[in-house]
Amino acid sequence: MANNIGFDFTQNVSRALKDKQLRKNFKFAMGNFILKRQQIFPDKNETERLRESGKAIKKRALSKLPHLLEQLEEKCTRNGIQVHWAETTAEANQHVLRIMQAHSATRLVKGKSMVSEEMGLNEFLDQNGIEATETDLGEFIIQLNNEKPSHIIVPAIHKNKKQIAQIFHQKIPATPYTEDVEALNAIARKTLRQKFFDAQIGLSGVNMAVAETGTLCLVENEGNGRMCTTVPPVHIAVMGLEKVVEKLADVPPLLRLLTGSATGQLITTYVNMITSPRKNGEKDGPKEVHLIILDNGRSEILADPELRQTLQCIRCGTCLNHCPVYTRIGGHAYGFVYPGPIGKILNPQVEGLKKAGILATASSLCEACAEVCPVKIPIPQLLRRLRNEAYTREPSCTVKECGCQQNLIDSLAWKGWEVINTRSRLNAIGRKIMGVVGSKIPPLGPLKLWNRYRIPPKFARKSLHQLVKEQGVENE
Amino acid sequence: MKEYPEKPDTVYYFGTCLIDMFYPQAGMAGLNLIRREGIRVIFPQEQTCCGQPAYNSGFFKEAKKVALQQIRLFAEDYPIVVPSGSCAGMMKHHYPYLFAEDSNLDAVKRFSNRIVELSEFLVQVLKIKLEDRGRPVKVTWHSSCHALREMGVIEDSKSLIRQLKNVELVELLNENECCGFGGTFAVKQPDISGAMVADKVEDIRQTGASRLLAGDCGCLINISGAMEYQNLPVKGQHLAEFIWERIDGK
Amino acid sequence: MSNRSRDRILSRLHGAGKQVSSPAAAASDLPFEKLGRDEKIGKLKNFMEAVRTEVHVVDSQNWIEPLKGILKKREIKTLLYAPQTAIGDTLQKHWPGEDENDGLPELVTYLGQIENFKDRLFHTDAAITSTLGGIAETGAVILWPDKKEPRSMSLVPPVHIAVLDADKIFNTFGEAMQTQNWPEKMPTNAVLISGPSKTADIELILAFGVHGPKELIVLILS
Repeated sequence: MANNIGFDFTQNVSRALKDKQLRKNFKFAMGNFILKRQQIFPDKNETERLRESGKAIKKRALSKLPHLLEQLEEKCTRNGIQVHWAETTAEANQHVLRIMQAHSATRLVKGKSMVSEEMGLNEFLDQNGIEATETDLGEFIIQLNNEKPSHIIVPAIHKNKKQIAQIFHQKIPATPYTEDVEALNAIARKTLRQKFFDAQIGLSGVNMAVAETGTLCLVENEGNGRMCTTVPPVHIAVMGLEKVVEKLADVPPLLRLLTGSATGQLITTYVNMITSPRKNGEKDGPKEVHLIILDNGRSEILADPELRQTLQCIRCGTCLNHCPVYTRIGGHAYGFVYPGPIGKILNPQVEGLKKAGILATASSLCEACAEVCPVKIPIPQLLRRLRNEAYTREPSCTVKECGCQQNLIDSLAWKGWEVINTRSRLNAIGRKIMGVVGSKIPPLGPLKLWNRYRIPPKFARKSLHQLVKEQGVENE
Repeated sequence: MKEYPEKPDTVYYFGTCLIDMFYPQAGMAGLNLIRREGIRVIFPQEQTCCGQPAYNSGFFKEAKKVALQQIRLFAEDYPIVVPSGSCAGMMKHHYPYLFAEDSNLDAVKRFSNRIVELSEFLVQVLKIKLEDRGRPVKVTWHSSCHALREMGVIEDSKSLIRQLKNVELVELLNENECCGFGGTFAVKQPDISGAMVADKVEDIRQTGASRLLAGDCGCLINISGAMEYQNLPVKGQHLAEFIWERIDGK
Repeated sequence: MSNRSRDRILSRLHGAGKQVSSPAAAASDLPFEKLGRDEKIGKLKNFMEAVRTEVHVVDSQNWIEPLKGILKKREIKTLLYAPQTAIGDTLQKHWPGEDENDGLPELVTYLGQIENFKDRLFHTDAAITSTLGGIAETGAVILWPDKKEPRSMSLVPPVHIAVLDADKIFNTFGEAMQTQNWPEKMPTNAVLISGPSKTADIELILAFGVHGPKELIVLILS
């Protein structure tokens, strides 16, 4: 499924930066998340140990990924869960459609799933005459308004109370306008309760899949996920193949990291662990459980020893919360399913550098994300790597469409920079020249962009090299 | 826990290209603060740039060539003091990464191990004592990202400011937020960078300080340029230069 | 079709793995503080109350009376429970006959499978279930629904009452898994519950009572 053909990042950014309400909403929300995370991880040393543990667990899983997936499949199958594999999002969509058609089902209730966004599942099902209702409150709100999520954890964070009240009033029949949060919740609860009751099939994502026992772990606060995976007679779970972990014992530390990083909670309201469909004698739970394992570029990412760290991600969203860029442009500007720092490293690898490589430039490499990532993905390092791949066309390159940014101007500019900085006499001459003419440089190209928001710096008449020489400081 | 060498007799000084071009006085101030403690400072005249601009832009080959050039110039086993968190971070943490597959890796590591940022050198190694001879002034401090997150020297920098008894340090509300420089980021994503520096300037305005201090010249040219553009009469200054002024060393 | 995809995916993954050697197996167990019984009860109570769970520490020999009080206060009309369980038996024994009107709810049982019971289930006021244990570190009860206590009991009715044995409170989730040997016997569904359902999706303002129960009441039998 092609995401966003004709995506214009520059335009998106411009629009977002001018949107005062958007910036206000995000500034408030992200500030809140940052504080919450500080409060839930107060001890620096303990947090470090926990993050090291999380990183080790994910690295271990990735180092055995195919074996663990095979083990997961074997355990799940033995327990009665039907496992399907999908190389592409199109295939994954077909799996879902087939299951729905096998049950003559036209109504699906969905728990929150970023993989299902990757699949573009709702649109696909709609084209096939199937109603897919989002039941997570945030997803429910944006579905009503025909929008995409703007954050991995809180999809409607770009909206404030007024905007949500307006959406409910306009899009849900017989709903008065109210900004009272309790009332808005009650409206959502009432509307969705009927959907749960009537649902023929329920769909969910997977936070962690345990290979040791064939168990799917899901976390949530609202109870909609449990509703989707308990009430309807059929449950479909969709997961990215990197979500598998080796042992049940790996779950508690990752859980602590996930809930702490995502929402600043010690634990979510529910931690739901599913190992089989309804057994003989049991009175409820789905009679059929399906697990769709999606690749969509992940297996290629695994092949690169450095970039595979991208797959350590547990989708907590904390990198978004701490990113000064994300806070100012919001999630939609990124144009792809995954926004923020994780999106900047993931999307170019999955979609290719031509379409999504520009995202890797939208970072000042401040490292705020790396500082908080619960599984210690070195995001700034991977951004540099992607930038390098964009300009390099060599057999050692592994990212799709590497070298697509290669151009004469940049190559010459950096070669020139290299020459000036490896030949000290040239460097000295250059400095002397800039000391004289520096302030007279016409504002073209990069300087023009600099001057949009700043006065340019003044070149010193005498460089440090000269001052030092004059002071008689030793040279060696 | 970081480990620091004993007070040495001799150090190298790496000026950094931005200081060289735009803030040479800051570079001299840093050098003088070290000499003041009776230490011999060597400044290899052929030094140029740590290579970070090319590295951050994805031009690794070019960055490596420039890096290797610097490494050759600082051959003796003296600490290398750097008046910039980002250049120090580049040479300390990123050089080993850049040269990971290179035959020069050992030499690179020996170089990187000797890198010390100026604030941490003054505080942790020299245990410098400062006497403030200046008039009362209100200042605020910006934590450069790499000084904060790569080199961990912010507390050292601030402790130097706090030693000056006539200086009132008012902290920024979002002290640790990036100023938006990011090297070529400022011109590759000019509007996002502009939004970030505008917020930083607003923060500074709120403190009522008359000086903005930082340990990194990338941040300084960015923030000072923006303050001037917005007609905010606050002077942006490198910490070393400010300290040198306050202790009235001329 | 799926099998060919499976093979291609796995073949790529196997090929990719050759580049990297396996890291040293990391200990997933992090050190934790081992608390005494009363401390564990206190810790669990505090954390659960912080997320609006109502926690009562009651006498294990007499928890029915406090339960009756809780139900009467809320004017609960129907209480779903599981007969042939320890708490089910105790409940039955102490419940008044059908003729007596104590202001107590009618005891309701799960009739057959959910397909036949759905309507009734969605209109029941409250449900009471046993628990496998509790976790002090994060404040949660552990449920392993089974044939007798279906999982929708702790999900659908707006009030959920969970009965927790004070001796079965573990320090951490990891400890619970290890002590009870979870890897050997994972049930169809296991769930940790820390409080009533909630959301903060609207401007991060916390609101309770979304799709799961609006109220969670935990009776700690001590």
